[in-house]
Amino acid sequence: MIEFEVNGKSVTTNSDPETPLLWVIRDELKLKGTKFGCGIAMCGACTVHLDGTAIRSCTAPVSIAAGRSVTTIEGLASDAGQALQKAWVAEQVPQCGYCQSGQIMQAADLLSTNPQPNDDDITQAMNGNLCRCMAYARIRKAIKTAAIAGEA
Amino acid sequence: MGMQQRKMVVNRRTFLATSVSAGLVMGFGTLLPGCSREEAASDLAAGDVSRVFSPAVWFEIDGSGNVLINIAKAEMGQHVGTALARIVADELGADWGSVTIKHVDTDPKWGYMVTGGSWSVWSSFAMLSQAGAAGRTVLLDAGAKLLGVNASDCTAEAGQVIAGDQQVSFADIVAKGDISRSFSAEELAAMPVKPAAARRLIGKDVDALDIPEKTQGTAVYGLDAELPGMVYAHPMIPPTRYGSTILSIDDSAAKDIPGYLQTLTIKDPSDLIQGWAVVVAENFPAAMKAAAAVTVEWEAGPTAGVSEADLFAEGARLVADSASGVLFVDDGDVAAARESAASTHTATYRTGSALHFTLEPQNALVEWVDGKCHIHAGNQWQSLILSFIAAALEIPETDIVIHQYYLGGGFGRRLFGDQMIPAALAAREMGRPVKLVFPRAEDSRFDCVRSPSVCKLDASFDADGGLTGIEHAAAAGWPSLSMAPGFLGDAVDGNGKYDGFSISGADHWYTLSNHRVRAINNDLAQRTFLPGWLRSVGPGWIGWGVECFMDELAAIVGADPIDFRLELLDAAGKNAGSSPNSVGGASRLAAVLRDVSGRADWGRLLPEGEAYGVAVAHGQERNMPTWIACIAHVKVDAETKAITVKKLWQSIDCGTVIHPDGAMAQAEGAALWGVSLALHEGTTIEQGQVSDTNLDSYTPLRMADVPEMDIQFMDSTEFPTGLGEPPVIAVAPAIGNAIFAASGIRVRDLPIRL
Repeated sequence: MIEFEVNGKSVTTNSDPETPLLWVIRDELKLKGTKFGCGIAMCGACTVHLDGTAIRSCTAPVSIAAGRSVTTIEGLASDAGQALQKAWVAEQVPQCGYCQSGQIMQAADLLSTNPQPNDDDITQAMNGNLCRCMAYARIRKAIKTAAIAGEA
Repeated sequence: MGMQQRKMVVNRRTFLATSVSAGLVMGFGTLLPGCSREEAASDLAAGDVSRVFSPAVWFEIDGSGNVLINIAKAEMGQHVGTALARIVADELGADWGSVTIKHVDTDPKWGYMVTGGSWSVWSSFAMLSQAGAAGRTVLLDAGAKLLGVNASDCTAEAGQVIAGDQQVSFADIVAKGDISRSFSAEELAAMPVKPAAARRLIGKDVDALDIPEKTQGTAVYGLDAELPGMVYAHPMIPPTRYGSTILSIDDSAAKDIPGYLQTLTIKDPSDLIQGWAVVVAENFPAAMKAAAAVTVEWEAGPTAGVSEADLFAEGARLVADSASGVLFVDDGDVAAARESAASTHTATYRTGSALHFTLEPQNALVEWVDGKCHIHAGNQWQSLILSFIAAALEIPETDIVIHQYYLGGGFGRRLFGDQMIPAALAAREMGRPVKLVFPRAEDSRFDCVRSPSVCKLDASFDADGGLTGIEHAAAAGWPSLSMAPGFLGDAVDGNGKYDGFSISGADHWYTLSNHRVRAINNDLAQRTFLPGWLRSVGPGWIGWGVECFMDELAAIVGADPIDFRLELLDAAGKNAGSSPNSVGGASRLAAVLRDVSGRADWGRLLPEGEAYGVAVAHGQERNMPTWIACIAHVKVDAETKAITVKKLWQSIDCGTVIHPDGAMAQAEGAALWGVSLALHEGTTIEQGQVSDTNLDSYTPLRMADVPEMDIQFMDSTEFPTGLGEPPVIAVAPAIGNAIFAASGIRVRDLPIRL
């Protein structure tokens, strides 16, 4: 049995320790906001935070979370996270929306370490997150909007 | 092409408005044969009109004044529900804050369901406006009665019927509960629709209704659907799309995997799904693990050796054979023009296989309840796939319900719901709900690929260098031939049928006295894979050839590429346009071209190795033109040949813009799809299969590759046309033409690789 925290609550799983964290989050814990896209950590739709740092949950074994704290889009309560979610609405970012949980989680990781990123910082942090609708210009803009909101 | 078929579905309309216990229900649609308006009204009051009435627009107002507008279109990123609801609400005079939308299932009462072709706003605008106007008429009449005034002295605005200084709310009108009205097609035709100047919502900014839940992780997609007792299935896809048979299945190595249940052979009596098995387990990780442990031995189908090179070779053979294909355009006499030509120019353009790669992989959850098949999956063309599912399950369509969800990307992949069939067959065999999920590689291998295409263009010039004719032959796999043969169009000489979704765009708006287009089916492509409708469809590859070739011709005669095009866009003869869709004709294409030329400062001096390229497009169909001109600013590194798109400009005239920010989002995304298909993504068919199945080798555009974009819509109150796809079309040829201008290298293959 593996014990860890998700969005501030203690959870346990009896899954095989090698089971990708993604499926434990989605199918055992029923937190469906985290998405399955490529399964090889190259699209970013499955991004969650492990002890505050963005990881790709589709390739991370659930054992990696033992005794640690996982945050998903449903539990994103940090100031930066909330500013991002507001900015995502203000800039009307999502189209199909499927990648956006992962985009927001990745952006929250960026702002937590670099509250005022420049364009290169944003590109570097976000380039691993595929948006198939290609709403990239708005994703960039919303991160800047959230960064300004954080400064105020 | 497609539109002709659709018009048969959309014919005479009736409007019904009836008080029910929960409020006022209004429907705009078609009475079924043999049914009267009175019958329909009484059935509507009883809550079931499916036997008598097929609505195209359906909305309700409750006793608190809340307006619920049912949306039969799929939401896949285009914010379609917001746009459609704005049209109804504007005409109705509703308060936007009281409007909600609901995406409906495939109950026959919702009528024909398709979301594609960039058709939604264009095909719905007139009837949504009429339905809203009819609803307003009902509310004005009832409100006037309550106020004791004449209806002609009342207006409806923001959810109130107003007469001078008196007003009554929609809520109060509805709460009275004594409305029963119906209008005939003639009465509807006479009903006033607001002039553009009186609109309060259309063309004004508004937040899309679907966005908040897409930022909170609460939007529910097909993959998120669950049912009690369900099991998971993992597809085992055969080596060829058609003709493979399973020789043996060995699951002995899977039996020890906790959660593994069994491996099922899929037997589809309709033969659409051939040579399939699915691995079933209690949870999806177990299904994946078991699938890796199960060995399926196939006898591969006859196309197991087919490669992209074979498909191109067949295409090249077909375009060279003047007897192949059917006539799509035949104006003047191209043969005579060629015979008397002082000079000629020929070029062959090709596009390679490309994938939809919807980020939400294909999936379907199926549950059988009392002999009825309930399917949970996001889909774009429910009315098409229902017939295929019915054939596979050998049950009537009326015993199947597809429950709609948000689509994690459509792009045309979800116009076909073929993944529902193995899920439904498996669920019936298991006697439990089955959720079939495609891991990424399986999703790619099962994709309806954008077919490789080959276009050959022959131009004739007279002794003065005047262009006298163009012959155009285009060969590709035809999506509609396999998936919707009823949508094939008739050749202009009546000899044979063509797929408009594979040749549209070749009927462009340049005036040519001699112009002939042959649409050719690449039968080898048709037999090897299922050719798909990929965002921008036929015009996406046809436009590549047409617009790069125009650039070549301009260069041959020493003309500026924009001047050369403007001269041919004279709006003469058949290019004059017609009401309502193409008022102004080619003059509107010339106008966007002049606009983008001015905004980009065409002709300005650029550094060595950099240049502008231009291209135009008229959208998805000649009868639904979205007028677009695009300029790409491209840099080609002299040594490495690396291509950088520095900036894209587009000027777009799609008539009336309903939801401006949503329209801009579609244009931005579509423009980047154009860049991605030109430079970043693409695959090949090898050994009869898609060769690049995941992001390690299939590489769509990422944030680092995004150019600066300057996209503008022309001010217009003309009839709205389509927008989801058209801004893809001109991007690749604009880039190709810029590469030529920057480097002297003429590229003729997509994706572009220098």
